[in-house]
Amino acid sequence: MADMKVTMCGVEFKNPITVASGTFGSGMEYDEFLDLNRLGAVTTKGVAAVPWEGNPTPRVAETPSGMLNAIGLQNPGIDVFLERDIPFLKKYDTRIIVNVCGHSEEEYLAVVDRLNDADIDMMEINISCPNVKEGGIAFGTDPKGVEAITGAIKSHAKKPVIMKLSPNVTSIADIARAAEAGGADALSLINTITGMKIDIRRRTFLLANRTGGLSGPAIHPVAVRMVYEAAQAVSIPIIGMGGVATHEDAVELMLAGATMVAVGSANFGNPLATTEIIEGMERYAEDMGIKHIADIVGRVK
Amino acid sequence: MEYKTVKIISQEKLTDDIMSLWIEWDGRASVVPGQFINVYINDPARLLPRPISICDVTDRGLRMVYRITGEATGTAELSGYQAGETIRITGPVGNGYPLDDIMGKKTVLMGGGIGIPPMLYLTKKLVGGCTVILGYRDSNTFLMEEFENAGAKVFVATDDGSVGTHGTVIDALRESGIEPEVLCACGPKPMLAGIKAYSADHGIPAYISLEERMACGVGACLGCVTSTTHTDPHSHVKNARVCVDGPVFLSDRVEL
Repeated sequence: MADMKVTMCGVEFKNPITVASGTFGSGMEYDEFLDLNRLGAVTTKGVAAVPWEGNPTPRVAETPSGMLNAIGLQNPGIDVFLERDIPFLKKYDTRIIVNVCGHSEEEYLAVVDRLNDADIDMMEINISCPNVKEGGIAFGTDPKGVEAITGAIKSHAKKPVIMKLSPNVTSIADIARAAEAGGADALSLINTITGMKIDIRRRTFLLANRTGGLSGPAIHPVAVRMVYEAAQAVSIPIIGMGGVATHEDAVELMLAGATMVAVGSANFGNPLATTEIIEGMERYAEDMGIKHIADIVGRVK
Repeated sequence: MEYKTVKIISQEKLTDDIMSLWIEWDGRASVVPGQFINVYINDPARLLPRPISICDVTDRGLRMVYRITGEATGTAELSGYQAGETIRITGPVGNGYPLDDIMGKKTVLMGGGIGIPPMLYLTKKLVGGCTVILGYRDSNTFLMEEFENAGAKVFVATDDGSVGTHGTVIDALRESGIEPEVLCACGPKPMLAGIKAYSADHGIPAYISLEERMACGVGACLGCVTSTTHTDPHSHVKNARVCVDGPVFLSDRVEL
């Protein structure tokens, strides 16, 4: 069998597959269906310094080959997370990537400081959150802002920092370069693409928040393009994500330049999506005579 | 909760848009009335499972009665699946009605529209009979005879007045003169809001089953929350997941 191991920022993962933050909780719910030990890493749902209530409902809507969500980053806060979720995940032989959200630099740093002493492998910073000091504009949409927040987090973080990039920008390459310039150890992309759905009979927005993040197979080609462009622009490793539903989708993102791949809303349509994708990648490697899966990263011709 | 592929035993139309679907079910897996099943649509372009309430569980299998929500919807596709075909499911999901708390009391069950089916399994589980009030749009009173056959005393309310009380299930309850000790309900949100108010006015508990748009259906995504009056022990905010913390809640513990 092919060697499925990959290494990112000095951390070794047994295979390239993790989950997209927010689609898998901290793994507790999916533990009923699959063996969490099979995953390269579990990326946890975004956690903030204090509990967040999230948005009113409806928070989700199905769309062709995808879905919109506007959960609003509901989370129980870092205290509960460290007491409950990390000890749960430590029972398993998988890496832990903790996703961090905040409304301001101080809020991000408060979480980062707490995670410095926690038994985790990496932290992933969600910069698609609204910045309250900038009138609710997401941190991740302006290169200067991305470089600044990355630098601030890096000056506190004692674990490798992954900056999770928003696709809702004109040039993903510029944003990727800004995160690298700010000192990011790795990038993850793409977050969801902002969308909207209207109920034509009620003439209302389907989501209470009006807009939501589009995910699912519908956005996969956008993810492949953006991962490729980011990989061309920077030399730090990338976790690719966006509409991955099959092992073919995962391999595509690796060929485009991703060292690891996250499975997101596909978990909703098939609770075994992650393990089936890992098995599919093992078969692909076998069929193609690939000895080390890491060798395919960025190898699109 | 299990994720598995199951065979369809039969599927039939009850009205123009209400379907009755039986799937194979291992009888040993216990099901509580009020729980539901996530049904995955075979078309991969439909990402999300459909949460469908459990109408009955017998030696034959598990029955789900659902509404086709429109042309070219997931439920329309599901309605075309034939006996012998397979579907993927997770379930049973959720808490269901607390049988121990309602058994032996003067319990009135109230179902509105597609909230009616789960009340059938609850009726069968309430040994000694119960009163059931069913709310329909019109004279398409699907499942009504089955409630009668299950030994329930049945009252009906219709939106158009074609059968029973012209009005809501609450109107029918008032008309019946019955003074319930406990209410169990499933139906559209305005109906549940009415039952919540009735419960508060009369000082009796009402267990209401909530419906919310869901994504994962297994408790991970936090898509289907309801506002709660107290901080929820799982979420640590005033929100509970309808899928796994519900779908049944005491009406005075949730904000509608």
